[in-house]
Amino acid sequence: MKRNRESFVKTILAVFAVLSLVFLAGILITLLSQSLPFLGEYNFGEFLTGDQWYPTQEEFNEETGEWEEAPRFGLLPLLWASVYVTLMALIIAIPMSLGSAIFLAEIAPPWLRDVVKPIIELLAGIPSVVFGFVGMVLIGPFLKDLFDIPIGLCGLNAAIILAFMAYPTITSLAEDAITAVPNDIREASLAIGANRWETMSRVVLPAARSGIYSSIILGFGRVVGETMTVLMVAGGGTAITLNPLKPIRPMTATIALEMGEAVQGGVHYHALFMLALVLLVITLGFNLLAERIKRRSSLRAR
Amino acid sequence: MFGLCGLSVVVVFGMLLLIIVFIVIEGAGVISWDFLTEMPRDGMTAGGIMPALVGTLLLAVGAIIFALPLGVLAAIYLNEYSREGKLRRWIRMGINSLAGVPSVVFGLFGLALFVNLLDFGMSLLAGSLTLGLLVLPIIIRATEEALKTIPMSFREASLAMGATRWQTTIKVVLPAALGQILTGVILAIGRAAGETAPILFTAAVFYMRVLRVGLMEQVMALPYHIYALMTEGIHPEEQEAMAYGTALVLMVLVLLINGVAIWMRIRSRKIKKW
Repeated sequence: MKRNRESFVKTILAVFAVLSLVFLAGILITLLSQSLPFLGEYNFGEFLTGDQWYPTQEEFNEETGEWEEAPRFGLLPLLWASVYVTLMALIIAIPMSLGSAIFLAEIAPPWLRDVVKPIIELLAGIPSVVFGFVGMVLIGPFLKDLFDIPIGLCGLNAAIILAFMAYPTITSLAEDAITAVPNDIREASLAIGANRWETMSRVVLPAARSGIYSSIILGFGRVVGETMTVLMVAGGGTAITLNPLKPIRPMTATIALEMGEAVQGGVHYHALFMLALVLLVITLGFNLLAERIKRRSSLRAR
Repeated sequence: MFGLCGLSVVVVFGMLLLIIVFIVIEGAGVISWDFLTEMPRDGMTAGGIMPALVGTLLLAVGAIIFALPLGVLAAIYLNEYSREGKLRRWIRMGINSLAGVPSVVFGLFGLALFVNLLDFGMSLLAGSLTLGLLVLPIIIRATEEALKTIPMSFREASLAMGATRWQTTIKVVLPAALGQILTGVILAIGRAAGETAPILFTAAVFYMRVLRVGLMEQVMALPYHIYALMTEGIHPEEQEAMAYGTALVLMVLVLLINGVAIWMRIRSRKIKKW
């Protein structure tokens, strides 16, 4: 009797634990079901390769003599904006994060570490909309004056703010990776006459590299999915550009901006769900990649 | 080179300080008792943010009510009832993946499922459920961490006295882990209170003339209020002043919530009873 009840409890608990998987599957199925109709409404090849995103464009039809809806749903400008702004953010964040991680793991005395780490954690908790606000009122005007551009809302602005948001993730994970390197490796290096920096750069960092890679990949996944900051400060232009001072519009911002206006069940609505699906595939892919790299390295270490 | 490493911390902290001081200085002039307790007036250019404050608290509490039982029970299964194996690896992968889903995707999911399919409409209920999904991984991980710190000897002592595994979990392990679980819950509240994208299409409304509270009512929320003040409306300058005040309130609220959680964790590590 007691035994039966225990196995019953165990089954119930297992159901609750599996719910996370169910929710994940639910999200995937929902996005699929809302985006698959898009395949019938718009040429998928044009979606993947199109370089224009004009969901409400109209064209003049000469035969009927009327204006007709001719929306353009080209993924490239939005995908490009997402990747571009994320890479810029990482270029800013990685040196800062690695420097801080080395400082925390190797140099800082314990009391200082106990002060700095909670503050970094607090930084991670600041809402993205507050960061977006700061980008609009503080960094925007600053960039505008500095580079003499018409408005300060642009890719560079977004990248600076996103770098702040990637910093806590990369720093704390990279620090874990550096701390996990066994001390005898450091001592061996010092014993054969290497100085502390040589030991750090030639021995410790290479030993910690897979953990560091995985922290950067996770940072990428985090930043590419950020919505409010890029919505508020990236400027919103849909032209493909390499110029960091031009306004751009990543996928997340496009979804947030246009979902309110899209007619439910219409082609635009389905197109936005397709964007979300692309975004989800990218972020989940990077997450799994980060985990795989980390697991492989821990297997090797054993 | 090590000096440069230290410098990177100084630079980041300096900029962080700059941001905080800037918002505090600009926002402090706006904040008053009336700002916190009044309805917005005159097309968002005057009055206060009371409904947004109330809405944010309701959304965060709603999310926790939904996510806490699910999260704790899932963590109990993972740490107390399951052995290393395929199922557990899959569940872990699910939790990690869920934690990596972009917030705007949660918003679309909530829109398609709760708002449209289940026909909750844009409402406190739909927003809370969406935010609940978002914080579920946080609660599962925090609870699991908490359960892991409870020594095996606690469980063995209880089982040796003839208690079942479930009795052991409920009466011995959970009470001992309660403090740390609470830390995770507080962090989750902070996260839910600050999120904007998930409530954009599921719950949040720009303007309310009178405060209505109900599961099926739309809500105002602090994060969305900041966004709306900066991007909508027809009085950008007056609205920007209000946005400074709102941003200060939200930032202080979230930093306070997270600060309490972090402080509790540090303290509990220092005075560990076992």
